[in-house]
Amino acid sequence: MTPELFFGLYVFLLAGFVGYGVIGNVPPLLHTPLMAFTNAISGISLVGSIVIAGAEYNNFSTILGFIAVLAATINVVGGFLITDRMLKMFKKKPGAES
Amino acid sequence: MNPTIEFLYIIASVLFVMGLRGLGHPESARRGVILAEFGMAFAVAGTLLHPHIVTYKWIAIAAVIGSGIGIAMSALIPMTKMPERIALSHAFGGLAAALVGVVEFYNHSHHLDHIKAGAISFEVLFGGLTFTGSLIAFGKLQGIVPGRNITYKFQNQSNIAVFLLTVAMMVTVTMDPSQSVIFYLMLFVSFALGVLLVIPIGGADMPVVIALLNSYAGLAASATGFALGNNVLIIAGALDGASGFVLSVVMSKAMNRSFTNVLFGAFGQPDESTAVAADSSGREVREASVGDAAMLLSGATKVIVVPGYGMAVAQAQHAVRELGEKLEENGVQVSYCIHPVAGRMPGHMNVLLAEANVPYDQLFELDEINDQFAQADVALVVGANDTVNPAAKTNQSSPIFGMPVANCDLAGACIVLKRSMNAGFAGIENELFTSENTVMTFGDAKDTLESIIENLV
Repeated sequence: MTPELFFGLYVFLLAGFVGYGVIGNVPPLLHTPLMAFTNAISGISLVGSIVIAGAEYNNFSTILGFIAVLAATINVVGGFLITDRMLKMFKKKPGAES
Repeated sequence: MNPTIEFLYIIASVLFVMGLRGLGHPESARRGVILAEFGMAFAVAGTLLHPHIVTYKWIAIAAVIGSGIGIAMSALIPMTKMPERIALSHAFGGLAAALVGVVEFYNHSHHLDHIKAGAISFEVLFGGLTFTGSLIAFGKLQGIVPGRNITYKFQNQSNIAVFLLTVAMMVTVTMDPSQSVIFYLMLFVSFALGVLLVIPIGGADMPVVIALLNSYAGLAASATGFALGNNVLIIAGALDGASGFVLSVVMSKAMNRSFTNVLFGAFGQPDESTAVAADSSGREVREASVGDAAMLLSGATKVIVVPGYGMAVAQAQHAVRELGEKLEENGVQVSYCIHPVAGRMPGHMNVLLAEANVPYDQLFELDEINDQFAQADVALVVGANDTVNPAAKTNQSSPIFGMPVANCDLAGACIVLKRSMNAGFAGIENELFTSENTVMTFGDAKDTLESIIENLV
């Protein structure tokens, strides 16, 4: 399926450039929340693992799918919550202008 | 291709990018997180409509347990343990990607085309090495695995051999997807590779490793997208990969290493660094009592605080903030100089100081504040060493020559809080400590700071 591969490569490269541009704008101040945040987004493997855990192809697939959903959910839920917990701590000096 | 699912995936991808954009400023960052959370919800909702799913039982159980663990971990973990948590979640990300790859291969190995087989191999390889590599990084940060760089003879050579072996296996599986024995062997070799790559890395190189593993976890997710023909996976993985890449570049610049040196050279700390002999044998360290330090600080009008990993170890961030507040009440201008590689992960110092309620407009990047040291009366170094070593500016033979460092030597006076006279991570003598302007106060940073506060006028 060569057209599919090239289509995928387009998507990958363009998304990579968008990511590079957007992330270049994140100040070093927020680099740790950024890592936690992208951790949560990398939990997108959920999309792959959910199908495997629910498709009942065979026991082997279901067990591995179950573990994968578990691991990815920990990342998604934990990642977003901890990012928010960190971001809540970043405050301006009280009374400082804009 | 189901149009409803694809439409939900497109919305999810857009929301991920918009969420990341929000992180460009602390004011908009939390809104960004909410956008990305909606994105993830759309992606999951779309996936649940997938026609292959016949039962939601296992998905639901795993999701409930996973959410419970995720909530507990994020609520209970102290901020000082953040590098450990990040390393651990890279491991989970790698594991999930590798498992999906294994299942895809197991179910389809007889009718895989070359491209799918290649994508799955890539996914399993990167997922596997991210999994074990991150576990080792976690172990080192926790102290379960020795934190020092572990080296042995022919380390680089054997690592390259193992790496080439995995590449050869990947090519074999791509050319002939029916080679299932080689595929499963590759999974184990990738596990071994992850261990071998991270085990030689010492503590202060951790920020680079963590950023790289972040990138690898993203690439593994992207490869999953190629294997499944799923664009939202490709996009989210690419964003993650780009983020890790950008952070690695930032970290490598902050250590004055080329990117290739970080990619390959970080794996195997240069051994000659410890061989550089101290040439300042005749110079004395001047020790200051907490009273002396307090007097120096109260007499100042401008103080720059330079925190390092020692602040995290001593959990001294709250004491640092308290001292800063006390000084400001007395009319002293206090700012903080944050070196990009201070600590054990990108942004480590910022998070700790923010936790201690230091307003973020007082936290400055090294580049922003480095020319202000000359006007500062006191530079207060809390548990930093290599990032304040003037040898990086002057001594061409120093292993850290060329690395950007904080100009503490230019301040009117420099107070260094340090546990002992041990050399820093790089094992190099620090001329700052013996310079005429410097006084050193030894002891636990937190206790020292608290006594200084008591001694303030």
